[in-house]
Amino acid sequence: METTELKSAFQVDERGYYGTFGGAFIPEMLYPNVEELRRNYLDIIADPAFQREFRDLLTDYVGRPTPLFHARRLSDTYQTTIYLKREDLCHTGAHKVNNTIGQILVAKRLGKQRIVAETGAGQHGVATATVCALMGLECIVYMGKIDMERQKPNVDRMHMLGAKVVPATSGSQTLKDATNEAMRHWINNPVDTHYIIGSVVGPHPYPDMVARFQSVISEEVKKQLLEKTGRSTPDYIIACVGGGSNAAGAFYHYLDEPTVRLVAAEAAGQGLTSGHSAATTALGKPGILHGSRTILMQTEDGQVVEPYSISAGLDYPGIGPLHAHLYSSGRGRFFSITDQEAVEAAFELSRLEGIIPALESSHALACLPKLKAASDEVIVICLSGRGDKDLAAYTAYLDK
Amino acid sequence: MNRIVELFRNKSEQILNIYFTAGFPTLENTVPVLEALSEAGVDLIEIGMPYSDPVADGETIQQSNQKALENGISIKRLFEQLSGIREKVKVPILLMGYLNPVVQFGVEDFCRRCAEVGIDGLILPDLPVDVYKEEYKGIFDRYGILNIFLITPQTIESRIRKIDEVSDGFIYMVSSASTTGSQKGITDEMKAYFSRIKEMNLRNPRLIGFGIKDYETFHTACAYANGAIVGSAFVRLLEQNQENQRAAILNYVSSLRHSHQVEKIFSNLSA
Repeated sequence: METTELKSAFQVDERGYYGTFGGAFIPEMLYPNVEELRRNYLDIIADPAFQREFRDLLTDYVGRPTPLFHARRLSDTYQTTIYLKREDLCHTGAHKVNNTIGQILVAKRLGKQRIVAETGAGQHGVATATVCALMGLECIVYMGKIDMERQKPNVDRMHMLGAKVVPATSGSQTLKDATNEAMRHWINNPVDTHYIIGSVVGPHPYPDMVARFQSVISEEVKKQLLEKTGRSTPDYIIACVGGGSNAAGAFYHYLDEPTVRLVAAEAAGQGLTSGHSAATTALGKPGILHGSRTILMQTEDGQVVEPYSISAGLDYPGIGPLHAHLYSSGRGRFFSITDQEAVEAAFELSRLEGIIPALESSHALACLPKLKAASDEVIVICLSGRGDKDLAAYTAYLDK
Repeated sequence: MNRIVELFRNKSEQILNIYFTAGFPTLENTVPVLEALSEAGVDLIEIGMPYSDPVADGETIQQSNQKALENGISIKRLFEQLSGIREKVKVPILLMGYLNPVVQFGVEDFCRRCAEVGIDGLILPDLPVDVYKEEYKGIFDRYGILNIFLITPQTIESRIRKIDEVSDGFIYMVSSASTTGSQKGITDEMKAYFSRIKEMNLRNPRLIGFGIKDYETFHTACAYANGAIVGSAFVRLLEQNQENQRAAILNYVSSLRHSHQVEKIFSNLSA
C-alpha cells in the first residue's frame, strides 16, 4: 500500500472532503467513536508492524496478489484487449476481505472487543465474520430482511463462522436500512465496539480508510500490467459502484493519471425511468447520507429513495464521496447498467472465459459494449466477486 | 426576543420539553397536539420533522416517522400546518430533524419559513458544529433561529466547552449512549455524568433527554439540569390515545409534573 501522502485533487483533504463531498455529518452520539478513529487511523496504518501483519494476511490468508488475467476470447469479441483483475479469487469470494482484514487490525489496535457491520449481498458480512473468527472477536452483522432471503447462502456462511446476523426490518429492508441499524448499534455501544463499514461510504475517515485498504487492487494492477504489456497504465479501468469500494481500490493509484479513463458501472435496475433503479448519479442529487455529503437518490422533500437492483451489493441509494467527486468533476465516467444487461454479461463471461462473475461485477462487464474501445487500447475490469452466491438469480433467468 | 431565550430568562428549573412527530398518527394531527400541549402548560415543544433514515432514533420514533411520511407529511406541508399557529400557541417551538431534508428545502428558505410561522430553534443532530459555524450560523442568526446542540456522556470536556461557546438557548444532554426511547432508566452512572456537567457551570442552560418518560425520571433529571425532554413515551401516548387525545395529553403532562400521590390529594379535595 502507498503510505506516502499524495498531493492530489482526488484524494481526501485534511478536513475529510473530496472537493465538496465527504465530511462527517454524524450525530454527537457517534462523534467520539468517529473522532477516535480519525485521530488514529493514519498512524496505525503507517506503523511498520501493522503493515507487516496486514501484508502477511493479504498474502497467506486472502491469497494475494490476485491474478490479472488476459481474457482472450472476451477481447476477441470486443476487438480490444481486456484484462480481468481477479478479486473473485480472494478468500471469501470477493474484494471485501481486503478491507475487513485492514479494519479488524485497526480495531484490535484501538482495543475494541466487538465488531458490528452492515451487509447487502452478504459478501461484506461474510468477510467481516471471517476476520472476526480469525481474530477471535465477537461479530454482529445487520442485514436487510429482504437481502437475507435473497442471499441465504451467505447468511448460512456467517452463521457457520460464528457471527450473529440481525435482520434489518425498517424501510426497504435492504442495505441502506442495514447501515442505519449498524449505526444505531454503534450509538448504543460506543466504547467497546468498532463498526467495520464495508464500502467507501460513511463519515470521514471511513471513505479514505476503506479506499486505502482496497488500494492494493490498483497497486497490483500497475505492476502486473507492466509485466504483461510493458506499460503500467491501461486506457480504461472499469468497476461497478454500489457504495464503490472495489472501484475506489481499482481507481486509487490511477486517480492522478489523466490518460487512464475511470469507468464506473451503476445499477439501473429495471431501467432509469422504471422507478426501480439504483443508478445514483443518473437519478440523484447532492445531499447527506450515512454521515457524508454525497450524491444520493432522494425525493424533492429530501427523503431517501428506496433503491432497487437485482444485485444486492449495488442496491444502495448513494455512492461514496470520492465517486461523487469523480462524477461531478468529470474525472470518472458513469454508465447505468440494467439487470438484464448485467445478467447477459454474466452469461457471456461464463461461456467465453469459464468464469461465473458476481452480479455486481457483471455490471462492470456490461459496460464493454457501450465503451467502444479501440483495438489497440487496454481495458482492465475489476472482477470484484464470484457468482456462486447469485446462482439462484442466474438460474431463474435461464428458466425464463 | 426569541421565545426560548425569554423562557430561560424567566424560568430556570422544572422546564418540560415535549417532542412529537409531525403528521402522526394522522396527517392533520400536528396542530391539535400543539394546542393540547400548550393548554397542558408545557414550557417547550419540539416538533419532529419526519425523515426516512433517522439514525439517532430508536424504534418508536422511527416508526412514527415512517407512518407520518406515509400519511403525506413533508416540510412544505408542515409549514402550511404551522401557519397562523402563533395566534393560538405562545410556547416556544423547536423543529427537530435531519439535515438532508433541510438542505433540499434550501437552508435560507427553511429559516425564512421558520421565522414566518414562529419557530424559535432547530435541533439537527447530524449538523456538525464546524459546518454550522462556517456555513449556517450567519443564516440562522439573520432569521433569529437558535440551533441546539447535543452532548453525550462520551463528549469530552473541551468539546463541551466548544459546544457551549457556539450554542444559544440551551444544551441538549443525551442521558446515555443510546438512540431515543432508551429503556435504561436513570442509573448512578448517568447521575454522575449529570453532576459532572452541572459542575462545569456552562453559560447555557441544560435539558436532559432520552429515557425521560414519567414523574420519577423527569424529576430526577430536573435535579441535575434546568429541565428535561420527553419524546418516545409521548409518541407512544399519541399512538395509543387517538380517540381521546386532548384529555390523554393533559393527563400525561400533569402526571409528569405531579406525582400520583399529589394527584390523589387533589381529587380528594375536590370530592
